[in-house]
Amino acid sequence: MEKSKGSVFTNGIIKENPVLVLVLGTCPTLATSTSVETGLGMGLAATAVLVCSNIVISLIRRFIPDKVRIPCFITVIAGFVTIVQMLLQAYVQPLYQALGLYLPLIVVNCIILGRAEMFASRNGPLDSALDGLGMGCGFTLTLCIMGTIREIIGTGAFLAGDWFGLAEGFKGIPLQGAFIPGMTIMTMVPGGFFAYAIVMAAVHYFTKDKKKIRKDFACAQCAAAGNCGTDDKVSDGMEGKEDEK
Amino acid sequence: MSHIGALVIIIISMVLVDNYPLAQFLGICPFLGVSSDLDSAKGMGIAVTFVMVLATAVTWPIQRLLLDPIGIGYLQTVVFILIIAALVQFVEMFLKKSIPGLYKSLGIFLPLITTNCAVLGVCISVIDDELKLVDSLFTAAGAGLGFWFALWIMAGVRSRLKDQSRIPEPFRGVPIVLITAAILSLAFMGFGGMFQ
Repeated sequence: MEKSKGSVFTNGIIKENPVLVLVLGTCPTLATSTSVETGLGMGLAATAVLVCSNIVISLIRRFIPDKVRIPCFITVIAGFVTIVQMLLQAYVQPLYQALGLYLPLIVVNCIILGRAEMFASRNGPLDSALDGLGMGCGFTLTLCIMGTIREIIGTGAFLAGDWFGLAEGFKGIPLQGAFIPGMTIMTMVPGGFFAYAIVMAAVHYFTKDKKKIRKDFACAQCAAAGNCGTDDKVSDGMEGKEDEK
Repeated sequence: MSHIGALVIIIISMVLVDNYPLAQFLGICPFLGVSSDLDSAKGMGIAVTFVMVLATAVTWPIQRLLLDPIGIGYLQTVVFILIIAALVQFVEMFLKKSIPGLYKSLGIFLPLITTNCAVLGVCISVIDDELKLVDSLFTAAGAGLGFWFALWIMAGVRSRLKDQSRIPEPFRGVPIVLITAAILSLAFMGFGGMFQ
């Protein structure tokens, strides 16, 4: 089944948005969407890792024995995470500090391992790169949407921050007097859960007529799901893999 | 005696104040995914606590005695995730061979733990905070217990949410679980500032 390059790319942004439809990568989504700035930074870092690891895994997919594929994928991903980590530390110090612990934790972001398992290990490098780019854009877009909501309600300003040192002293677009003062709770932990719930409910509301399969929790996309036994989709996927060989 | 007191405080503050899923956004995937009933919450909680302590006990000496002295501390991420993956595999094999009863109840949760960011998170954060080995182990234990505690509360709430007919249609499924988590974490914010 040959899919067009465009649909491989847009698949990740809309139809299978990793955060809102597949419910993957929830930890970084909640933790780094306190403002558009950190959300965008996290999204771009994860996208870089996702694209690179997808390409490499797709290139070496014929040489990896099936039994040890998950450790192999993790090693490749961890390598790229380390590279991104060192690059950010060297050139974009403020972002490195803002992301903190969540930067090394990109390694265990289920989006990346999930795409390696579900897509890159079965498709060519070009398609895998596009898939990674699409998924990464979907992830970044969602982070920015949530960041916008949380930043506007939480601080009363929009696009504030010094943008990784590029726009120092930029105070953002103040909206304070316009409607409400900042509600700090939205930038804190409960606000993250609230914003996520609202955005996801909105997606459900707007897609309900289109008879899309609404997934519950995305165990199907998780690499370890074969052992979990919660979703029969996984076993289908595994069988598909056998057939291909 | 005061040292024992300090360790108790570490545990309590990791469970209540710095609760991983509800105050620090670590381990959210299993927190949302495996909290639909109390039995699996228990299994997952025990498995995560066990692996967290074990992983910290292995990764801490490796970082301090091997990676730091020869100056390759930057390999932390790669080394830690591989150690955790191998460790989980070994624990699974060990349980399968020696304690089949425990394997039956915990077995299905173990592979999921490799990609649980709470485990890697606790290993890295005890290194970042420059804690001593004993403090690190207690931090890991506290983090695991806190995860278990949060999962258990969540499973209790969700077992009463089974009938979703009164929930507005777009909020059914995942969003209502997130709203529940938001309210729970709001409650946990009340513990903030309990120490210091």
